[in-house]
Amino acid sequence: MTQQGVRWTADQVLALAPDAASRTAGSKLGAAGPWSEAGSSDEGTVWGLCRGSGSRPYQTVIDSADSTGPAYKCSCPSRKFPCKHALGLLLLWAGEDGSVPRGPAPDWAEQWMEGRRERAEEKGTTGGASGTASPGDPEAARRRAQRRAERITAGAAELEQRLADLLRGGLASAEQAGYGMWEETAARMVDAQAPGLAARVRELGAIPSSGPGWPVRLLEECALLHLLDQGWLRRERLPDDLAATVRSRVGLPGSADGPSVRDRWLVLAQYDTADTRLTTRRIWLYGAETDRTALLLSYGAGGRAPELTLPVGLAFEAEVSAYPGAGQLRAALGERFTPPAPARTRPPGLTASQAAARFGEALRSDPWLDSHPVTLARVIPTPDGDTWQLADADGDCALPIASSLLSRPGLWRLAALSGGAPVTVFGECGHRGFTPLTAWPEGAGEPVSLC
Amino acid sequence: MNTTPASAGAPVGGSWEELVTMALLGTERRPPPAWAAGREAPVALLDAAAVETLRRRAGVRAARAAARPEPAAPDPRPGLPPAAARRLTTLLADRPGTGGGGRRGTAPDLMELLPQWLALANARGFAPPPESLPALLDAARGRTDLRPAALAFAGPRALWLARLNPDWRFALRSLPGGGTALPGPEDPGRAQQLWQEGLFAERVALLTSIRAQDPGAARELLATTWATERAEDRLMFLDSLRSGLCAADEPFLERALADRSRNVRATAAELLSALPGSALAARMAARAGSCVAVDRTRGTPSIVVEAPHECDASMERDGVVPKAPAGRGERSWWLGQLVEAAPLGTWSRRLGGRTPEEIVALPVSDDWQSELHAAWCRAAVRQRDPGWSRALLGAPSAPEAGGPGAVSLAERSKLLATLGSAERAEWVAGFIATHGLSEAFQLLGVCAVPWAGPLGRAVVDALNIARDAGSYPWSFSGVMGLAERCLDPAEAGRLEGLTAVADEPENAAPGAGGYWAEAFQRLVTTLRLRAAMTSELDGAQPR
Repeated sequence: MTQQGVRWTADQVLALAPDAASRTAGSKLGAAGPWSEAGSSDEGTVWGLCRGSGSRPYQTVIDSADSTGPAYKCSCPSRKFPCKHALGLLLLWAGEDGSVPRGPAPDWAEQWMEGRRERAEEKGTTGGASGTASPGDPEAARRRAQRRAERITAGAAELEQRLADLLRGGLASAEQAGYGMWEETAARMVDAQAPGLAARVRELGAIPSSGPGWPVRLLEECALLHLLDQGWLRRERLPDDLAATVRSRVGLPGSADGPSVRDRWLVLAQYDTADTRLTTRRIWLYGAETDRTALLLSYGAGGRAPELTLPVGLAFEAEVSAYPGAGQLRAALGERFTPPAPARTRPPGLTASQAAARFGEALRSDPWLDSHPVTLARVIPTPDGDTWQLADADGDCALPIASSLLSRPGLWRLAALSGGAPVTVFGECGHRGFTPLTAWPEGAGEPVSLC
Repeated sequence: MNTTPASAGAPVGGSWEELVTMALLGTERRPPPAWAAGREAPVALLDAAAVETLRRRAGVRAARAAARPEPAAPDPRPGLPPAAARRLTTLLADRPGTGGGGRRGTAPDLMELLPQWLALANARGFAPPPESLPALLDAARGRTDLRPAALAFAGPRALWLARLNPDWRFALRSLPGGGTALPGPEDPGRAQQLWQEGLFAERVALLTSIRAQDPGAARELLATTWATERAEDRLMFLDSLRSGLCAADEPFLERALADRSRNVRATAAELLSALPGSALAARMAARAGSCVAVDRTRGTPSIVVEAPHECDASMERDGVVPKAPAGRGERSWWLGQLVEAAPLGTWSRRLGGRTPEEIVALPVSDDWQSELHAAWCRAAVRQRDPGWSRALLGAPSAPEAGGPGAVSLAERSKLLATLGSAERAEWVAGFIATHGLSEAFQLLGVCAVPWAGPLGRAVVDALNIARDAGSYPWSFSGVMGLAERCLDPAEAGRLEGLTAVADEPENAAPGAGGYWAEAFQRLVTTLRLRAAMTSELDGAQPR
């Protein structure tokens, strides 16, 4: 489970930071000054004493090589995870300037590692049995599921009624009715235990104020919501795959019970989106042997960083298993066999036309898709009036870059990386345009994260 | 993308536009269309719209490509070593306002290290990683002092980017000619054309660039249009002759002494007086010499001063400003200008073969000393004369060096700038050893970075003394900040002992010991970081 001497890059370390403040605080601690007795072992354990404001230095120790992701321990009172001391120490270690020499671990670090090893062994022997067994008896669970399905059915029927009323009176009246009407409907869907429907309804509320062309977008989204309602109400008659997609779109939790696929997964992109309650982290993986792209989701509640962190450009051997549903790319990460290590591989790329066609095909299995992950090969970021596009270097087709990205620094990093020359770009291609997430320069060169 | 309505197959309902219109107005207000027969109109509309929406989305095709941008000019410089590239990322990530603000604690101030990092990288001729350019340009946008080094490091691709983003237009402005290469003296045709037709800023840039390569060619270029230039422009152009000033410029400058504009005349005179061999310098030497003499009639020889009684037309032509500022006597005003413009080399002969040290040591009669010495200081700075500078600075340990004297701290730092870096450092070290740090900030600013050994030790010792005296470290925050940036990183080891919290002396300010330990920790951390920065750029392999 360990691999010798894979030091990380500073970017990879900084990607672990739970928020921007820790990132800054961590980088400041990434110099030898406050550290003493720092060292690292061949097994990837890093330790050190950091002088803080108190009289006793903090003891920081990190297991960087665990195949389930790095583990941290620090005697500081911070509740952030990892804390700035752990980040600083990892940066110092990544800096390879000799301030974290190889050597035997001090007792306090060794004790912690010992404890971890014991726990890992326990888990290894008892695992499987306790992890997957469902609580309660299956009959009660079946009844619960049935009650919930009935509630959702009632909710979907009510939503159908509301949509019909809206179309009867005209979308123009929706503009005057304002956001309150949608909020109330969304609350009804939450009561109906259909969070997927509730989220779509809430998004409908924002469309009338979203600028020119809103009636078209509102009609599109109302129609797709109607389609989802109808899909739910007639789910018994749908093919199994599509029925599973409908269930997950409505908001029923699924479990990743697809067959586990082992591959060497390359981390293509990692980015967070946050609302007031929840931070959602999306990680795109690409498996070269199976030619599969998979999406991992990880959540952090109440301002905490999501637990799973996989820096872009690293690859690791692991099993993933897909969630049910047609065209579903979401997967759960199963057992990891190697720690993430830098990889030279890149996903194979498409042309702009092929990418657009790929999105169309993806819609066939999941009509509610907003976008589909693709890699574009040899495209040139090209300004086009006030917007930008990714234009084929060897053709005359282009994909416009999604307008939401135009004001972000990532676009300029992409333009700078290209300098007018072709680049390889991974991103999400959808009906609102292309959202670049990661880019590789022409020739050799490491991936550059754009998000 | 091009949302092209799929043309294949007949639509299930009406056309998309028809559906949108119906949805907008409401099905109540429209007669039910034929395709909705037998169903509730709104539901039929939603069904048809769902089909059309998916048709439109699935039928999306790639757009026609716009004109590709011209590729950026290649950057021939080698890329940064990986560790240095990562360091740049962390330095650029530490933008002001991203930190928590407030007390600095023990962490180094990364933004303050960026100028030094840029200088090191530029000296080694590295190219930046392209993806760092946006952050680099943003940093340079916020700090004008950073711009020359940042843009030199950023290279041609940054200019390429700046043409695409209005936020970074400054990069085009800061570079002569808006980033296009200026014609050099080897291309007189293009240079002449740009000189004739260019905008003012372009012309100044052109003149400066040619002056740097071939001073004579620049002067001749300026002479071709001199008579027709506007007065403000003449002043700016004349100012660009300051660099590369040489004896060959004298005839041109002499002619400029007859200029219509008083400011142009004054600048020409100032430039001529910086040429000790010029005719103007000789005239000024004669005038000044007639005012200052050694009086041997008394027991100890002393200098007597007889200030000029009038400012005649020839003096005015040579750049002497006749009207004194409010509160100054006319005669001393004129004297100051004459002595300032006279070549320092002529004084030895005039004042009995004495060395500058002996001349400065002579007593001056009738309270003329400060006027006379101040004028000599200005002359030493203008003529960059280390011998006279040394004499006027005096010994750093002299009591008057620290207090108010004939020579102010600002003048001292200018005089120091004419000395070699080792001598400068030694003088400031001596000054600090005697007078402490409270007056040293300005003087430290002119010392070469990293500070020479004796100077660094003097500063550290003085900080140590200040701590033992029980004051708070932020009384010395200016010097502390300079030390972080300028102290030789090799000193870090010697400082280790100071980072522990010392026992507080009886009369110390409460808590000062802890703050001092923190300040010294930050100093050591910053020095370590600077050492790391340098070794990363040198590509030093880790142990």
